[in-house]
Amino acid sequence: MSAALLATQSAATHLLAGPVTSTGGGETFLFWVGASISVLGALGLIFSKKAVHSALCLAGVMICLALFYMAQGAVFLGVVQIVVYTGAIMMLFLFVLMLIGIDAPESLTETIRGQRWAAVLVAVLFGAILIGVFAHAKLGPFAGMDQANAAAGGNVPSLAHLLFARYFWAFEVSSAVLITSALGAMVLAHRERVTARRTQKELAADRFKRYSKDPSVIVTPMPNPGVYAQHNAVDTPALLPDGSIAQLSVNATLRAQGEVRGITPLPVPLPHEAADGDGASPAGANGSGRHEEVGA
Amino acid sequence: MNPDSYLYLSAILFSLGALGVLIRRDAIVVFMCIELMLNAANLAFVTFSRMHGRLDGQIFAFFTMVVAAAEVVVGLAIIITVFRTRRSASVDDANLLKY
Repeated sequence: MSAALLATQSAATHLLAGPVTSTGGGETFLFWVGASISVLGALGLIFSKKAVHSALCLAGVMICLALFYMAQGAVFLGVVQIVVYTGAIMMLFLFVLMLIGIDAPESLTETIRGQRWAAVLVAVLFGAILIGVFAHAKLGPFAGMDQANAAAGGNVPSLAHLLFARYFWAFEVSSAVLITSALGAMVLAHRERVTARRTQKELAADRFKRYSKDPSVIVTPMPNPGVYAQHNAVDTPALLPDGSIAQLSVNATLRAQGEVRGITPLPVPLPHEAADGDGASPAGANGSGRHEEVGA
Repeated sequence: MNPDSYLYLSAILFSLGALGVLIRRDAIVVFMCIELMLNAANLAFVTFSRMHGRLDGQIFAFFTMVVAAAEVVVGLAIIITVFRTRRSASVDDANLLKY
Protein backbone atom coordinates (compact mmCIF):
# COMPACT_ATOMS: atom_id res chain seq x y z
CA MET A 1 0.00 0.00 0.00
CA SER A 2 2.66 2.45 1.07
CA ALA A 3 4.83 1.27 -1.81
CA ALA A 4 2.02 1.96 -4.26
CA LEU A 5 1.48 5.38 -2.70
CA LEU A 6 5.18 6.08 -2.97
CA ALA A 7 5.11 5.02 -6.59
CA THR A 8 2.23 7.37 -7.41
CA GLN A 9 3.93 10.15 -5.49
CA SER A 10 7.17 9.62 -7.37
CA ALA A 11 5.19 9.51 -10.61
CA ALA A 12 3.56 12.80 -9.68
CA THR A 13 6.89 14.40 -8.86
CA HIS A 14 8.29 13.08 -12.12
CA LEU A 15 5.41 14.63 -14.01
CA LEU A 16 5.77 17.91 -12.21
CA ALA A 17 9.52 18.04 -12.32
CA GLY A 18 9.61 18.15 -16.11
CA PRO A 19 12.42 16.06 -17.60
CA VAL A 20 11.66 12.35 -17.15
CA THR A 21 14.19 9.56 -17.33
CA SER A 22 12.02 6.92 -15.69
CA THR A 23 8.27 6.62 -15.53
CA GLY A 24 6.19 5.93 -12.46
CA GLY A 25 5.13 2.49 -11.31
CA GLY A 26 1.66 2.72 -12.79
CA GLU A 27 2.88 3.58 -16.24
CA THR A 28 5.57 0.90 -16.08
CA PHE A 29 2.93 -1.69 -15.24
CA LEU A 30 0.66 -0.41 -18.03
CA PHE A 31 3.54 -0.48 -20.48
CA TRP A 32 4.61 -4.03 -19.82
CA VAL A 33 1.06 -5.41 -19.84
CA GLY A 34 0.06 -3.36 -22.90
CA ALA A 35 3.31 -4.07 -24.75
CA SER A 36 2.96 -7.82 -24.30
CA ILE A 37 -0.69 -7.72 -25.37
CA SER A 38 0.06 -5.59 -28.42
CA VAL A 39 3.01 -7.74 -29.56
CA LEU A 40 0.91 -10.89 -29.10
CA GLY A 41 -1.91 -9.18 -30.99
CA ALA A 42 0.43 -8.25 -33.84
CA LEU A 43 1.65 -11.86 -34.02
CA GLY A 44 -1.97 -13.02 -34.02
CA LEU A 45 -2.71 -10.57 -36.83
CA ILE A 46 0.04 -12.10 -38.94
CA PHE A 47 -0.43 -15.77 -38.15
CA SER A 48 -4.15 -16.33 -37.65
CA LYS A 49 -5.76 -18.29 -40.46
CA LYS A 50 -9.07 -16.44 -40.54
CA ALA A 51 -9.20 -12.80 -41.57
CA VAL A 52 -11.83 -12.02 -38.92
CA HIS A 53 -9.46 -13.18 -36.17
CA SER A 54 -6.75 -10.98 -37.67
CA ALA A 55 -9.11 -8.01 -37.54
CA LEU A 56 -9.95 -8.66 -33.89
CA CYS A 57 -6.25 -8.97 -33.00
CA LEU A 58 -5.56 -5.66 -34.73
CA ALA A 59 -8.41 -4.02 -32.81
CA GLY A 60 -6.79 -5.23 -29.57
CA VAL A 61 -3.43 -3.77 -30.59
CA MET A 62 -5.10 -0.44 -31.39
CA ILE A 63 -6.81 -0.27 -28.00
CA CYS A 64 -3.47 -0.92 -26.28
CA LEU A 65 -1.91 1.87 -28.33
CA ALA A 66 -4.76 4.20 -27.32
CA LEU A 67 -3.93 3.50 -23.67
CA PHE A 68 -0.27 4.28 -24.37
CA TYR A 69 -1.23 7.60 -25.96
CA MET A 70 -3.30 8.54 -22.93
CA ALA A 71 -0.51 7.53 -20.57
CA GLN A 72 1.88 9.75 -22.52
CA GLY A 73 -0.26 12.84 -22.18
CA ALA A 74 -1.95 12.62 -25.58
CA VAL A 75 -5.49 12.25 -24.27
CA PHE A 76 -7.17 13.58 -27.40
CA LEU A 77 -5.23 11.22 -29.66
CA GLY A 78 -6.05 8.29 -27.40
CA VAL A 79 -9.77 8.96 -27.67
CA VAL A 80 -9.52 9.58 -31.43
CA GLN A 81 -7.58 6.33 -31.77
CA ILE A 82 -10.43 4.40 -30.17
CA VAL A 83 -13.22 6.24 -31.97
CA VAL A 84 -11.66 6.43 -35.43
CA TYR A 85 -9.45 3.35 -35.58
CA THR A 86 -11.18 0.69 -33.53
CA GLY A 87 -14.60 2.21 -34.04
CA ALA A 88 -14.68 3.22 -37.69
CA ILE A 89 -11.76 1.75 -39.58
CA MET A 90 -11.86 -1.73 -38.06
CA MET A 91 -15.61 -1.90 -38.55
CA LEU A 92 -15.04 -0.95 -42.18
CA PHE A 93 -12.61 -3.86 -42.45
CA LEU A 94 -15.14 -6.24 -40.94
CA PHE A 95 -17.78 -4.87 -43.28
CA VAL A 96 -15.65 -5.60 -46.33
CA LEU A 97 -14.83 -9.05 -44.95
CA MET A 98 -18.55 -9.73 -44.78
CA LEU A 99 -19.11 -8.33 -48.29
CA ILE A 100 -16.52 -10.36 -50.13
CA GLY A 101 -16.90 -13.40 -47.90
CA ILE A 102 -14.22 -15.85 -46.97
CA ASP A 103 -14.80 -18.65 -49.42
CA ALA A 104 -11.40 -20.26 -49.61
CA PRO A 105 -8.52 -20.37 -47.16
CA GLU A 106 -5.38 -18.57 -48.21
CA SER A 107 -3.12 -20.69 -50.40
CA LEU A 108 0.12 -21.62 -48.69
CA THR A 109 2.09 -22.42 -51.84
CA GLU A 110 5.02 -20.10 -52.30
CA THR A 111 5.16 -18.40 -55.68
CA ILE A 112 8.76 -17.42 -54.99
CA ARG A 113 10.72 -20.23 -53.39
CA GLY A 114 11.95 -19.50 -49.88
CA GLN A 115 10.16 -16.16 -49.86
CA ARG A 116 8.62 -16.72 -46.44
CA TRP A 117 11.88 -17.37 -44.63
CA ALA A 118 13.56 -14.55 -46.50
CA ALA A 119 10.71 -12.27 -45.37
CA VAL A 120 11.17 -13.33 -41.74
CA LEU A 121 14.91 -12.71 -42.02
CA VAL A 122 14.38 -9.27 -43.58
CA ALA A 123 11.82 -8.28 -40.94
CA VAL A 124 14.07 -9.41 -38.08
CA LEU A 125 17.04 -7.54 -39.53
CA PHE A 126 14.92 -4.44 -40.11
CA GLY A 127 13.64 -4.52 -36.54
CA ALA A 128 17.17 -5.01 -35.23
CA ILE A 129 18.38 -2.01 -37.24
CA LEU A 130 15.51 0.18 -35.97
CA ILE A 131 16.09 -0.83 -32.36
CA GLY A 132 19.84 -0.35 -32.80
CA VAL A 133 19.26 3.17 -34.12
CA PHE A 134 17.03 4.02 -31.16
CA ALA A 135 19.52 2.53 -28.74
CA HIS A 136 22.45 4.48 -30.18
CA ALA A 137 20.64 7.78 -30.64
CA LYS A 138 21.31 10.44 -28.02
CA LEU A 139 17.69 10.78 -26.98
CA GLY A 140 18.15 12.79 -23.84
CA PRO A 141 15.65 13.15 -21.00
CA PHE A 142 11.94 13.33 -21.68
CA ALA A 143 10.52 16.82 -21.23
CA GLY A 144 7.00 15.56 -20.50
CA MET A 145 3.77 16.96 -21.85
CA ASP A 146 2.53 18.84 -18.79
CA GLN A 147 3.91 22.25 -19.71
CA ALA A 148 2.76 22.02 -23.32
CA ASN A 149 -0.66 20.73 -22.32
CA ALA A 150 -1.14 23.40 -19.66
CA ALA A 151 -0.19 26.26 -22.03
CA ALA A 152 -3.76 26.72 -23.29
CA GLY A 153 -5.53 24.98 -20.45
CA GLY A 154 -5.57 21.32 -21.44
CA ASN A 155 -4.53 18.92 -24.15
CA VAL A 156 -7.45 19.61 -26.51
CA PRO A 157 -7.27 23.46 -26.42
CA SER A 158 -3.49 23.35 -26.87
CA LEU A 159 -3.83 21.04 -29.86
CA ALA A 160 -6.57 23.27 -31.27
CA HIS A 161 -4.31 26.34 -30.95
CA LEU A 162 -1.64 24.57 -33.00
CA LEU A 163 -4.02 22.96 -35.49
CA PHE A 164 -5.93 26.13 -36.32
CA ALA A 165 -2.91 28.41 -36.38
CA ARG A 166 0.37 26.88 -37.48
CA TYR A 167 -1.05 23.81 -39.21
CA PHE A 168 -4.18 25.45 -40.58
CA TRP A 169 -3.15 25.01 -44.21
CA ALA A 170 -2.43 21.30 -43.69
CA PHE A 171 -5.77 20.97 -41.95
CA GLU A 172 -7.60 22.48 -44.92
CA VAL A 173 -5.71 20.26 -47.34
CA SER A 174 -6.66 17.21 -45.29
CA SER A 175 -10.30 18.08 -45.80
CA ALA A 176 -9.67 18.00 -49.55
CA VAL A 177 -8.02 14.59 -49.11
CA LEU A 178 -11.05 13.28 -47.25
CA ILE A 179 -13.52 14.54 -49.84
CA THR A 180 -11.43 13.12 -52.67
CA SER A 181 -11.22 9.74 -50.98
CA ALA A 182 -14.97 9.66 -50.38
CA LEU A 183 -15.56 10.44 -54.06
CA GLY A 184 -12.96 7.85 -55.06
CA ALA A 185 -14.64 5.17 -52.98
CA MET A 186 -17.98 5.99 -54.56
CA VAL A 187 -16.53 5.84 -58.07
CA LEU A 188 -14.69 2.57 -57.39
CA ALA A 189 -17.56 0.83 -55.67
CA HIS A 190 -20.12 1.97 -58.23
CA ARG A 191 -21.06 -0.59 -60.83
CA GLU A 192 -22.54 0.56 -64.09
CA ARG A 193 -25.32 -1.70 -65.34
CA VAL A 194 -24.42 -2.42 -68.97
CA THR A 195 -27.28 -4.82 -69.68
CA ALA A 196 -30.87 -4.62 -68.58
CA ARG A 197 -31.74 -6.38 -65.38
CA ARG A 198 -32.97 -9.91 -66.15
CA THR A 199 -36.46 -10.62 -64.97
CA GLN A 200 -37.46 -13.65 -62.97
CA LYS A 201 -39.32 -14.99 -66.01
CA GLU A 202 -36.20 -14.86 -68.17
CA LEU A 203 -34.12 -16.48 -65.45
CA ALA A 204 -36.62 -19.33 -65.11
CA ALA A 205 -36.77 -19.88 -68.88
CA ASP A 206 -32.98 -19.90 -69.00
CA ARG A 207 -32.80 -22.41 -66.18
CA PHE A 208 -35.18 -24.79 -67.91
CA LYS A 209 -33.22 -24.42 -71.15
CA ARG A 210 -30.10 -25.50 -69.30
CA TYR A 211 -32.04 -28.32 -67.65
CA SER A 212 -33.06 -29.67 -71.05
CA LYS A 213 -29.39 -30.15 -71.93
CA ASP A 214 -28.09 -31.21 -68.51
CA PRO A 215 -30.46 -33.07 -66.19
CA SER A 216 -28.23 -32.37 -63.16
CA VAL A 217 -29.22 -28.69 -63.20
CA ILE A 218 -31.60 -27.96 -60.34
CA VAL A 219 -34.72 -26.17 -61.48
CA THR A 220 -36.50 -25.99 -58.16
CA PRO A 221 -35.40 -23.59 -55.43
CA MET A 222 -32.59 -24.82 -53.21
CA PRO A 223 -33.74 -26.67 -50.09
CA ASN A 224 -33.85 -24.62 -46.90
CA PRO A 225 -31.41 -25.40 -44.13
CA GLY A 226 -32.89 -27.91 -41.77
CA VAL A 227 -34.23 -26.44 -38.56
CA TYR A 228 -34.59 -29.04 -35.90
CA ALA A 229 -35.15 -28.99 -32.20
CA GLN A 230 -31.40 -29.63 -31.97
CA HIS A 231 -30.05 -26.51 -33.68
CA ASN A 232 -31.80 -23.45 -34.94
CA ALA A 233 -28.98 -22.38 -37.23
CA VAL A 234 -28.22 -22.03 -40.94
CA ASP A 235 -25.33 -24.47 -40.76
CA THR A 236 -27.70 -27.31 -39.88
CA PRO A 237 -28.33 -29.37 -43.02
CA ALA A 238 -31.76 -30.52 -44.08
CA LEU A 239 -32.46 -34.23 -44.21
CA LEU A 240 -33.58 -36.06 -47.32
CA PRO A 241 -36.48 -38.53 -46.99
CA ASP A 242 -34.02 -41.41 -46.59
CA GLY A 243 -32.34 -39.68 -43.65
CA SER A 244 -29.17 -38.62 -45.48
CA ILE A 245 -27.93 -35.01 -45.44
CA ALA A 246 -28.97 -32.62 -48.22
CA GLN A 247 -25.66 -30.87 -48.96
CA LEU A 248 -27.36 -28.17 -51.06
CA SER A 249 -29.36 -26.97 -48.08
CA VAL A 250 -26.29 -25.33 -46.53
CA ASN A 251 -24.70 -22.13 -47.84
CA ALA A 252 -21.87 -22.74 -50.30
CA THR A 253 -19.45 -20.65 -48.21
CA LEU A 254 -20.06 -22.78 -45.14
CA ARG A 255 -19.72 -25.93 -47.24
CA ALA A 256 -16.40 -24.72 -48.64
CA GLN A 257 -15.13 -24.08 -45.12
CA GLY A 258 -16.32 -27.51 -43.97
CA GLU A 259 -18.49 -25.96 -41.28
CA VAL A 260 -21.63 -27.98 -41.90
CA ARG A 261 -23.01 -29.00 -38.55
CA GLY A 262 -23.54 -32.72 -38.10
CA ILE A 263 -26.84 -34.02 -36.83
CA THR A 264 -27.45 -36.53 -34.10
CA PRO A 265 -30.12 -38.89 -35.33
CA LEU A 266 -33.50 -38.55 -33.64
CA PRO A 267 -34.47 -41.43 -31.38
CA VAL A 268 -36.52 -44.08 -33.13
CA PRO A 269 -39.89 -44.47 -31.37
CA LEU A 270 -40.36 -47.79 -29.61
CA PRO A 271 -43.47 -49.74 -30.63
CA HIS A 272 -45.17 -49.51 -27.20
CA GLU A 273 -44.63 -45.73 -26.99
CA ALA A 274 -46.31 -45.28 -30.33
CA ALA A 275 -49.18 -47.46 -29.17
CA ASP A 276 -49.57 -45.44 -25.93
CA GLY A 277 -50.66 -42.34 -27.83
CA ASP A 278 -54.25 -41.10 -27.74
CA GLY A 279 -54.79 -42.27 -31.27
CA ALA A 280 -56.07 -38.87 -32.43
CA SER A 281 -52.59 -37.76 -33.43
CA PRO A 282 -51.84 -38.84 -36.96
CA ALA A 283 -48.12 -38.29 -36.35
CA GLY A 284 -47.73 -41.37 -34.24
CA ALA A 285 -44.60 -42.57 -35.98
CA ASN A 286 -42.99 -39.18 -36.56
CA GLY A 287 -40.82 -39.14 -33.44
CA SER A 288 -41.26 -40.11 -29.86
CA GLY A 289 -40.01 -36.80 -28.45
CA ARG A 290 -42.68 -34.73 -30.16
CA HIS A 291 -45.33 -37.25 -29.34
CA GLU A 292 -44.57 -37.16 -25.63
CA GLU A 293 -44.70 -33.38 -25.57
CA VAL A 294 -48.14 -33.38 -27.11
CA GLY A 295 -49.35 -36.05 -24.71
CA ALA A 296 -48.10 -34.16 -21.64
CA MET B 1 11.05 2.01 -17.01
CA ASN B 2 12.69 4.44 -19.37
CA PRO B 3 10.16 6.12 -21.74
CA ASP B 4 12.46 5.05 -24.60
CA SER B 5 10.79 1.65 -24.31
CA TYR B 6 7.84 3.03 -26.26
CA LEU B 7 10.18 3.61 -29.18
CA TYR B 8 11.45 0.03 -29.02
CA LEU B 9 7.85 -1.21 -28.91
CA SER B 10 6.97 0.89 -31.92
CA ALA B 11 10.00 -0.52 -33.80
CA ILE B 12 8.87 -4.08 -32.97
CA LEU B 13 5.29 -3.42 -34.05
CA PHE B 14 6.47 -1.79 -37.28
CA SER B 15 8.68 -4.78 -38.12
CA LEU B 16 5.83 -7.18 -37.37
CA GLY B 17 3.57 -5.19 -39.70
CA ALA B 18 6.23 -5.30 -42.42
CA LEU B 19 6.58 -9.05 -41.89
CA GLY B 20 2.82 -9.45 -42.31
CA VAL B 21 2.85 -7.46 -45.54
CA LEU B 22 5.62 -9.70 -46.87
CA ILE B 23 4.20 -13.11 -45.96
CA ARG B 24 0.42 -12.82 -46.20
CA ARG B 25 -1.48 -13.21 -49.49
CA ASP B 26 -4.95 -12.08 -48.48
CA ALA B 27 -5.22 -8.46 -49.60
CA ILE B 28 -7.33 -7.49 -46.59
CA VAL B 29 -4.83 -8.92 -44.10
CA VAL B 30 -2.00 -7.19 -45.95
CA PHE B 31 -3.96 -3.97 -45.61
CA MET B 32 -4.44 -4.53 -41.89
CA CYS B 33 -0.68 -5.01 -41.53
CA ILE B 34 -0.17 -1.65 -43.24
CA GLU B 35 -2.52 -0.15 -40.65
CA LEU B 36 -0.38 -1.73 -37.93
CA MET B 37 2.70 -0.07 -39.39
CA LEU B 38 0.94 3.31 -39.46
CA ASN B 39 -0.07 2.85 -35.83
CA ALA B 40 3.49 1.99 -34.84
CA ALA B 41 4.69 5.18 -36.51
CA ASN B 42 2.03 7.10 -34.60
CA LEU B 43 3.28 5.67 -31.31
CA ALA B 44 6.77 6.89 -32.17
CA PHE B 45 5.34 10.34 -33.00
CA VAL B 46 3.56 10.58 -29.66
CA THR B 47 6.65 9.41 -27.78
CA PHE B 48 8.90 11.93 -29.51
CA SER B 49 6.31 14.60 -28.80
CA ARG B 50 6.57 13.75 -25.12
CA MET B 51 10.33 13.74 -25.31
CA HIS B 52 10.49 17.26 -26.73
CA GLY B 53 7.62 18.56 -24.64
CA ARG B 54 5.95 19.96 -27.74
CA LEU B 55 2.59 19.12 -29.28
CA ASP B 56 3.71 19.07 -32.92
CA GLY B 57 4.29 15.33 -32.82
CA GLN B 58 0.72 14.77 -31.73
CA ILE B 59 -0.50 16.97 -34.58
CA PHE B 60 1.46 14.81 -37.00
CA ALA B 61 -0.05 11.66 -35.49
CA PHE B 62 -3.45 13.27 -35.95
CA PHE B 63 -2.77 13.94 -39.63
CA THR B 64 -1.51 10.37 -40.03
CA MET B 65 -4.88 9.18 -38.74
CA VAL B 66 -6.71 11.42 -41.21
CA VAL B 67 -4.66 10.12 -44.11
CA ALA B 68 -5.03 6.54 -42.87
CA ALA B 69 -8.81 6.91 -42.82
CA ALA B 70 -8.82 8.21 -46.40
CA GLU B 71 -6.42 5.47 -47.45
CA VAL B 72 -8.55 2.72 -45.89
CA VAL B 73 -11.67 3.94 -47.67
CA VAL B 74 -10.03 3.97 -51.09
CA GLY B 75 -8.04 0.79 -50.47
CA LEU B 76 -11.03 -1.24 -49.40
CA ALA B 77 -12.98 0.04 -52.40
CA ILE B 78 -10.14 -1.14 -54.64
CA ILE B 79 -10.13 -4.54 -52.94
CA ILE B 80 -13.88 -4.85 -53.47
CA THR B 81 -13.52 -3.91 -57.15
CA VAL B 82 -10.71 -6.42 -57.67
CA PHE B 83 -12.74 -9.08 -55.89
CA ARG B 84 -15.74 -8.38 -58.10
CA THR B 85 -13.82 -8.86 -61.32
CA ARG B 86 -11.52 -11.72 -60.27
CA ARG B 87 -13.56 -13.41 -57.50
CA SER B 88 -10.45 -13.50 -55.35
CA ALA B 89 -8.81 -11.19 -52.84
CA SER B 90 -5.42 -12.86 -53.05
CA VAL B 91 -2.59 -10.54 -54.03
CA ASP B 92 -1.00 -13.34 -56.08
CA ASP B 93 -3.96 -13.49 -58.44
CA ALA B 94 -3.72 -9.86 -59.52
CA ASN B 95 -0.73 -10.32 -61.83
CA LEU B 96 -1.84 -8.96 -65.20
CA LEU B 97 0.84 -6.28 -65.25
CA LYS B 98 3.52 -8.95 -64.84
CA TYR B 99 3.30 -10.30 -68.38
